[in-house]
Amino acid sequence: MKAPLLAALGFAIAAMAQATMALAATWDETLDKARGQTVYFNAWGGDERTNSFLTWADQEMQARYGVHVQQVKLSDTGEAVARVLAEKTAGQTKDGSGDLIWINGANFLSMKEKGLLYGPFVADLPNARYLDLTPGSAAATDFTIPTDGYEAPWRLAKFVLTVDSAREPNPPRSMVALAGWAAAHPGRFTHPTAANFMGATFLKQALVELAPDPRALALPPTDASYAAQTAPLWAWYDALRPNLWRKGTAFPENESALQKMLNDGEVDFAMAFDPAAAAAAVEKGLLPPTVRSYGMAGGSLGNMSFVAIPFDAAHREGAMVLANFLLDPATQAHAQDLRVLGAASVLDPAKLSPAEAAPFAALPSSPALPTAAELGATLPEPHPDWMVRLAADWAKRTAP
Amino acid sequence: MSGLALDAVSLAQPGAAPLFAPLMLTVPPGQVTVVMGPSGIGKSTLLAHIAGVLGPDWVTRGRVTLDGRDLAGVPAERRRVGLMFQDALLFPHLSVGANLAFGLAPEVRGRAARRAAVEEALRQAGMAGLADRDPASLSGGQAARVALMRTLLARPRALLLDEPFSRLDTALRADLRAFVFAHATAAAIPVLLVTHDAADAAAAAGPVIQLRP
Amino acid sequence: MARPGPALVRAALGVGLILPFAAAAAITLAASFGLLPALGGQAFGLDPWVRLLDQPGLARSVGVTLLAGLLGTALALGLAFGLVFALRGREGRLARLLPPFLATPHAALAIGLAFLIAPSGWIGRALSPWATGWLTPPDWPVPQDGAGLSLALGLAVKELPFLALMMLAALPRLPVVRHLAEGATLGYGAAHAWAGLVAPELYRLVRLPVYATLAFSLSVVDMALILGPTLPPTLPVAAARWLMAPDLALYLPGLAAATLCAGLVALGFLVWWLAERVAAALLRAWLMRGQRAKGSGRVLGFAAAGAGVALALATLSLAALAVWTLAWGWRFPDAWPERLTLQGWQSAGREGIWGLAARTAALGVAASLLSVLCAIAWLEAGTRAGREGPGRIEGAVWLPLLLPQVALMFGLQVIAARAGLAGAAGAVLWGHVLYAFPYALLALAGPWRRLDPRLLQAGATLGAGPWRRLLTLRLPLLRGPLLAAAALALSVSVALYVPTLFLGAGRIATLTTEAVALASGADRRLGATYALLQAALPLLAFALAALLSRKEGA
Repeated sequence: MKAPLLAALGFAIAAMAQATMALAATWDETLDKARGQTVYFNAWGGDERTNSFLTWADQEMQARYGVHVQQVKLSDTGEAVARVLAEKTAGQTKDGSGDLIWINGANFLSMKEKGLLYGPFVADLPNARYLDLTPGSAAATDFTIPTDGYEAPWRLAKFVLTVDSAREPNPPRSMVALAGWAAAHPGRFTHPTAANFMGATFLKQALVELAPDPRALALPPTDASYAAQTAPLWAWYDALRPNLWRKGTAFPENESALQKMLNDGEVDFAMAFDPAAAAAAVEKGLLPPTVRSYGMAGGSLGNMSFVAIPFDAAHREGAMVLANFLLDPATQAHAQDLRVLGAASVLDPAKLSPAEAAPFAALPSSPALPTAAELGATLPEPHPDWMVRLAADWAKRTAP
Repeated sequence: MSGLALDAVSLAQPGAAPLFAPLMLTVPPGQVTVVMGPSGIGKSTLLAHIAGVLGPDWVTRGRVTLDGRDLAGVPAERRRVGLMFQDALLFPHLSVGANLAFGLAPEVRGRAARRAAVEEALRQAGMAGLADRDPASLSGGQAARVALMRTLLARPRALLLDEPFSRLDTALRADLRAFVFAHATAAAIPVLLVTHDAADAAAAAGPVIQLRP
Repeated sequence: MARPGPALVRAALGVGLILPFAAAAAITLAASFGLLPALGGQAFGLDPWVRLLDQPGLARSVGVTLLAGLLGTALALGLAFGLVFALRGREGRLARLLPPFLATPHAALAIGLAFLIAPSGWIGRALSPWATGWLTPPDWPVPQDGAGLSLALGLAVKELPFLALMMLAALPRLPVVRHLAEGATLGYGAAHAWAGLVAPELYRLVRLPVYATLAFSLSVVDMALILGPTLPPTLPVAAARWLMAPDLALYLPGLAAATLCAGLVALGFLVWWLAERVAAALLRAWLMRGQRAKGSGRVLGFAAAGAGVALALATLSLAALAVWTLAWGWRFPDAWPERLTLQGWQSAGREGIWGLAARTAALGVAASLLSVLCAIAWLEAGTRAGREGPGRIEGAVWLPLLLPQVALMFGLQVIAARAGLAGAAGAVLWGHVLYAFPYALLALAGPWRRLDPRLLQAGATLGAGPWRRLLTLRLPLLRGPLLAAAALALSVSVALYVPTLFLGAGRIATLTTEAVALASGADRRLGATYALLQAALPLLAFALAALLSRKEGA
């Protein structure tokens, strides 16, 4: 009895060891090829803290793996997408200009559909073992789209409103209440244009709060479901819009422009997809110390940011090493530090050893940061097609 | 066959009548030949043609030879024909000495020898020690003398003078005329002088040619 | 005597520096009709155009682009006339005053101006609350107003120095003093005679730069992003945005919009041309009436005052940037920051702003040297071919100045990728030389052809061959214009945003790409730091050029 069992066990262990060795062997090859490469990381350049974090990542990567990381600062991720497309148009299949792209949702969907991405590669990353990659989990789903291993998560984001508490100590905590506040304070609230990710997210947050059946949002919209689910949203928005800044005839380009408007006193609210953003701005004298960030009472949208590799990347191995480095528990703990990025970890805490989890527990806190209670629950993102249709619909409705 | 010879030379703009009737002329070395004619007849154009600096939009006929060599197709810098304009045209970005050194023939080699040649030319012009001066600070007569010395230092085989005295007042003019003719005769090269001043023509003491249409 | 060498040089320069623009325009045009293999749209079709017409607010986009472009150009022209008239007789001083304004990059100026004129901006803060009573800024649509008036103002402020300098360059070709004297003997005042006799002829001489200004105003992206309307944006901004949209389906209408931008420039030209006819008729009628009224003096005085205000706004814009680089906690309605800090410079230093400035300067110097060398080669080839005037092909160097950048970028990108240059420093340098060369040539051509030809003939008769004449006579004699052309080319290179971004595939970072990226960020202090340094580089180049050419005179 025992012998076959032991034999089977031994066989299983041997197979596992073999599999691990195979992985190790190919990963060692990847590390070898990556050494000396320069990874061009296409990442939005509008956030100084992210830029500084990537400078730190460059130093670490050079020290550990001999890989140089060069951030290509974008003002919109669409630039990188357009560039890869132009390269494909020109018939280029290798030595592309970008190696890694910070990407999300609709950009990911369109690149994946047009065959502009390399992969699947996430399973090849040793640090993928810290991720919860079960189907439907946050790390394996980008705006309800299965990532299928074509992109690796690297930071967690969540929708928050930021208010100057000196001007409004009791801010509204739902989209319905917000419309009421705006009616009482005309011209003092606005949101970024829905052509921008943040502005579209604001509309989606309202959609999630107001839709008659939020479960319908997980599926791609049909004409019928779109009409049914967005009807209350547009009724709400039509009531809100005349009370917006400039009576809703103009909108800031993005959340950063909105933050500047908050500091200039043109409006009383800003919004962000990063709960630590306002606290960081206070530290730098770019917002008054009286601002507070908070989530919606019924929960706020949240998602993970990912990195993906273009199909024609010149330094694919270096890009994989960087994607793996970003998933390292030590890297994630560093990123979660309020003084660094304040971006929540994407790792599954249950998969960390006590030693790997310790740095997270040791991170400093700040009264300027929203507490877990102020942040509220995390709501799942709708299917990306909702955002595309919302943005297009919004553009039509606000067109003069 | 030494000297400057023009054989049935005429100049015209495309599609227009020639400026003057075909010109036959021989200037032996050491002789000053004077060309006169009403303004606009093409005296300066004729000199430009002989010197090789006429623009490409001219129709030229006849032959120009210097010491028996046909000058057709020879670029100006290889003709060894010196040309003096109404204005001294000293290079404003170069000192007086550098202007002279610019003209000095390349056969004079070595810094010391070239410097000595320049100093000697200045001495002959009565301007010893002025090598470092800015040309803009010279008087009209001084500038004209420097211009002549610059032309002669290039060791030309013929000298063309385009009313070089017309911008000077009468007293200076006689002075400079004597200076120029003395040096030209000493160099034993053919000289062609264009002028409309009878006194110039008389002082040249050579044949006088009238240009006519 | 025509030789094949010079003609070959000109042909090579034309192929390398002018033809790419025509080719790029053709590629974009073809793509806008669906000839774009990578998107699966190889078939010829009107799909991009149908989708473009489907975009909401398109008609208004087109309208506001036309309005802002025409208004901005007309304003710049009128103010330039006022300025040149008011400072007549002091042209030298005016010529020294203007280059710093000319050198200021559009993006930096727009960022500073937006902060200046907003209700919550510096002017509003200085006047609040004591004069205005505002505790919070009023909800006025400035900047980024729906009619594009703020954009027109920004364009006028930016283009005024360019047109005024072009007028100064043309002025010596006009018998101004004689015109004014003739006018005076007939009983006309100086202003009347200037407006009636000098201005029309002056306009005729600066017509091409005016059309270039109009083309630029109708196709500008960076300034329109910062000062222009948002809902909808101007057409070039919309085109650029669609070309970069997350939804690749917007790429096709983006290409059609890019092509439409070129059509819009053509339409703008037509409108301007008609306006020229009308203005000429009105001017004739006005002169025929023979009235000796003082009205023209008032109009020119008003324009001169407006030019003064415009130059003051430009100066204050740069000053606002400078203060912002040091500001800590600057909120409405404080006229001055809570305190000053070096944090902005320190964090910029940590991000490597000095290395970036050095790289931007190196790129600018290389582009400047190459474009000036190409301009010299072009002009010298003309000289050696015995060509006195500019000839017919030289008009083609205006092509990149008359075609919208956004309509060319897709094509230039494809050409660079085909040449194996995608995203390389070489591609960016090529793009910078492409755009700097016309300016270098335009700045150099006038002085080159005005140089007394007899100086060079004298050199030839003294035995100097063509190379010695070029190196020891012509170039040293043109030292001042050469330095000015090099400074201008450098300032063009430093200001280039769209070509740097597209041809460098975003890999080649310059102060400009970083400044614009940071302009969309939340840190106005850091953005101002990059913008100020971006403005400083060309200013430094112009100062250096002025200093070096003055030494020559001394």
